[in-house]
Amino acid sequence: MTTETLVPVDEALEKYDPVMGLEIHIELNTATKMFCGCPTEFGAEPNTQVCPVCLALPGALPVVNAKAIESAIRIGLALNCEIAEWCRFARKNYFYPDMPKNFQTSQYDEPIAFNGHVDVEVDGETYRIDIERAHMEEDTGKSLHVGGSTGRIHGADFSLVDYNRAGIPLIEIVTRTIEVPGDKAAAVARAYVSYVRDLIGGLGVSDVRMDQGSLRADVNLSLKPKGSTTLGTRSETKNVNSFRSVERAVRYEISRHAGILDEGGSVLQETRHFHEDTGTTSSGREKSDADDYRYFPEPDLAPVSPSREWVEELRATLPEPPAVRRSRLQADWGFSDLDMRDTIGAGALDLIVATVEAGTTPQAAKKWWLGEMARRANVTGSDLDALGITPTQVAEIQALIDSGRINDKLARSVFDGVIAGEGTPEEVIVGRKLEVVSDDGALGAAVDRAIEADPDAAEKIRGGNLGVAGALIGAVMKEMRGQADAGRVRELILEKLT
Amino acid sequence: MSEPAKGISRADVSHLAGLARIDLSEAELDHFAAELPAILEHVAVVQQAAGDDVEAMSHPVPVNNVFREDVVVPCLTPEEALAGAPASDQQRFLVPKILGED
Repeated sequence: MTTETLVPVDEALEKYDPVMGLEIHIELNTATKMFCGCPTEFGAEPNTQVCPVCLALPGALPVVNAKAIESAIRIGLALNCEIAEWCRFARKNYFYPDMPKNFQTSQYDEPIAFNGHVDVEVDGETYRIDIERAHMEEDTGKSLHVGGSTGRIHGADFSLVDYNRAGIPLIEIVTRTIEVPGDKAAAVARAYVSYVRDLIGGLGVSDVRMDQGSLRADVNLSLKPKGSTTLGTRSETKNVNSFRSVERAVRYEISRHAGILDEGGSVLQETRHFHEDTGTTSSGREKSDADDYRYFPEPDLAPVSPSREWVEELRATLPEPPAVRRSRLQADWGFSDLDMRDTIGAGALDLIVATVEAGTTPQAAKKWWLGEMARRANVTGSDLDALGITPTQVAEIQALIDSGRINDKLARSVFDGVIAGEGTPEEVIVGRKLEVVSDDGALGAAVDRAIEADPDAAEKIRGGNLGVAGALIGAVMKEMRGQADAGRVRELILEKLT
Repeated sequence: MSEPAKGISRADVSHLAGLARIDLSEAELDHFAAELPAILEHVAVVQQAAGDDVEAMSHPVPVNNVFREDVVVPCLTPEEALAGAPASDQQRFLVPKILGED
């Protein structure tokens, strides 16, 4: 492996314009697989959700899942696509053990949905992303690679394959080339993936969990010299498993491509793998003759020809369009434009919706998700919805604050506990002994000590300078290690001194 | 989906064999390079029978929209699923590692 020269993104963008293409795979949440009646539950024991069809046993015949077609059409409509009057499945031929048929049933030149677009917002600007197509296909099995060094089979590397995932319906959404100002490219890519996540999530057709692989993004990127109209060679980065990673993958590939081009080299057309831990990509597989997939129409499956009446019925089931929904929520919540932009940018819209539905005020929900939770997500490098805390739990914790049982400071410790798996907020409070002390006896004694320790402050308060009370409250809180009801402490200080 | 091939070269046969992961000897390459064009000639006769007004079809009868309901049916047990596997371990199919992939 050669050492890579990386050019800082800012410098790279002075000389080159990035051109992107994004592919998103959505795993549908149908009860059964695309072409057979096997269940699709996540995390089942290996090879317990398989049958002759998804194992490709001789003579097995696939039959299309009607619900998957319905979901595909609804996704197409939500992406403002046209829906094909007639389309077919095709065999994509390749040999790899994760696909027991030696082909993947997919669609080739006749996707079920095509020519769509979505508008995404970044820093107050709207960017239109054109959708080339959304087509149906099936997921592959999962391989577990085991090295020869484990000694299980002497000197040989091998893989263990679980076909539970093989045949789960996937929708692949492919954009046309995206050309936006270079300094916006990474943010636009992230915003697009986040937008599609919210859009598809709103349809209820997928769990759209990047951390569980039900939404997977591939980032295709090339650079062209400024002023040039000739596209450069692209790389395809896979394994990009969070919104933040989408952004980082774009930036890394801009740096890497610029390094190669600056030295007069040429970019290899290849698959690259993104590494979450380092934010870098590494070479996967060079594109070659082996990528001659010899597509041909799938003879075992009848063509799909959705009636226009059905398409219109499905169009009527679409939820309110995201832009309309956002305006409505902004008005309901009384958020400023900036609040709204931050909310969307952080991918917190649906989390705040759910938190508000669970009984929290919009302002409090925003405070937690954009403050404390965003900070935690930033530290761990995860997305907000993968932190391990749910909107309902946030609402419970806020309710505990409102009732005076805990304060904001203790709430942070409750969040720690919930995220660490110590149970419900209530259980964490009990387990960590986090309740605030509002017992006047204990507080009164602490207040007396604080007054004694700082007679100057006490004298000023007696003289009417109430602003100094903060110093005494701070002293009491410190003594009580944060577990005091600050409001009650203030009252006690004023009672004693005025 | 592809243009009918007029002739097939030895290099074509070698490429196709590679795609199909079939290891052909030099003698076999010569053999198929001579034999495959003969098969294609026969197919070409059939193609002549269909004029430009006849559309290519992938299915013998015009049947569309053959669907099933999204209802779970019993699947195989892992033991049944793995019964025909040449090798298995940890309730999974054991296969040789494909080089060049992670």
